[in-house]
Amino acid sequence: MTKLTFIAFDGTEFNVEAENGSTVMENAIRNGVPGIEAECGGACACATCHVYVDDEWTDVVGPPEAMEEDMLDFAYDVRPNSRLSCQIRVRDEIDGLIVRVPERQA
Amino acid sequence: MSLVTKTDVLIVGAGPVGLFAVFELGLLDLKCHLVDILDRPGGQCAELYPEKPIYDIPAWPVISGQALVDRLLEQIRPFQPQFTFNRMIASLERQADGTFKVATDEGEIFEAKVVVIAAGGGSFQPKRPPIPGIEAYEGKSVFYAVRRMEEFRGEDVLIVGGGDSALDWTLNLQPIARRLTLVHRRPEFRAAPDSVNKMYALQEEKKLEFQIGQVTGLSGENGYLTGAVVKGPEGEVEIPCTRLLPFFGLTMKLGPIANWGLNLHENLIPVDTEKFETSEPGLFAIGDINHYPGKLKLILSGFHEAALMARAAKRIVSPNERVVFQYTTSSTSLQKKLGVAG
Repeated sequence: MTKLTFIAFDGTEFNVEAENGSTVMENAIRNGVPGIEAECGGACACATCHVYVDDEWTDVVGPPEAMEEDMLDFAYDVRPNSRLSCQIRVRDEIDGLIVRVPERQA
Repeated sequence: MSLVTKTDVLIVGAGPVGLFAVFELGLLDLKCHLVDILDRPGGQCAELYPEKPIYDIPAWPVISGQALVDRLLEQIRPFQPQFTFNRMIASLERQADGTFKVATDEGEIFEAKVVVIAAGGGSFQPKRPPIPGIEAYEGKSVFYAVRRMEEFRGEDVLIVGGGDSALDWTLNLQPIARRLTLVHRRPEFRAAPDSVNKMYALQEEKKLEFQIGQVTGLSGENGYLTGAVVKGPEGEVEIPCTRLLPFFGLTMKLGPIANWGLNLHENLIPVDTEKFETSEPGLFAIGDINHYPGKLKLILSGFHEAALMARAAKRIVSPNERVVFQYTTSSTSLQKKLGVAG
């Protein structure tokens, strides 16, 4: 299992064990992390699972692909470390990943 | 006077479940008219994930959203369904003779003996961008679509977005606006390259301004905008504007259905599981928009609901006709309707 930490906008930390191959978004929903809506269910067709990847982790996680970058246009307060969590696949390399939930989703 | 279109069944929503309802109703000789807010059939399958593979349609190990829509359209072709696109149902009322009178947001009127709500997650509507306080300016200074270009003549127009709508309106409104600014969060656009090139050419000629950034705040009074704060790579700037056109894509909203007195359960319409009828006789709800114990939001569940609904609809439209249950494999009368009789 791979460890993920979600930090909600109010600072509450959620430490979860995630299965490799699942998406970061799925683990947020499964564990009731507030502020991750995932309206489209993970189709990269909305921008309501937006997260900020911790600066220590941006290189490991990597940048968004073109379609995700397009979808990020619809998110609120997009920053260089913004990602849509439905497009981050859980794998060994991201064990210990920290992501922060923005103030609001689009 | 607007023309009244009469039909046996009016279907609200032309997604996969609304389309399959045409088939089940058609086998029972009921004529259907479908109304959808989008400009084409398919609902979410066509709008949100045309290319995405679906793996849980029986007998299709994998099929894309658009392919599923195309197959359904082929399957219902023998029944010649009528479509009205780009319209939302605005009102529904029961008339003295028990039929329904349904009006669209553009004033078209339908009369139907049965109404089927197959509206999925609701109607697709422009998304309100998450700019604090934007609601206060909507309708006066903030618009999500251009209905009349004249409302923008001589105004300081701010357009936000990077897709085709944003770029098209940038090019169309630039000649009549007093000042036009386009704001997009990055230099890459989703819009057609040709529009983007035209925009850059106008920027060269100083006929418009293009600013990289995101709108974070608005200022104005009594619903009338005077400016917007744009956070860009070099910090915040205030851009004077009297009109704001944000293009942030589409979202699904229940819309006027919420006001039809159907005792909604968390924005879903409660139905029985025998006929999928709402609390209002003759008004059915199938697919993602309905709710009952054990409901699963699956396309296949919507197909099942359509079949059972059709039986009940038939009894309403033709109360004196005996409905015999038949299989398409063996019934020559069903095969005749499908145009495949030998």
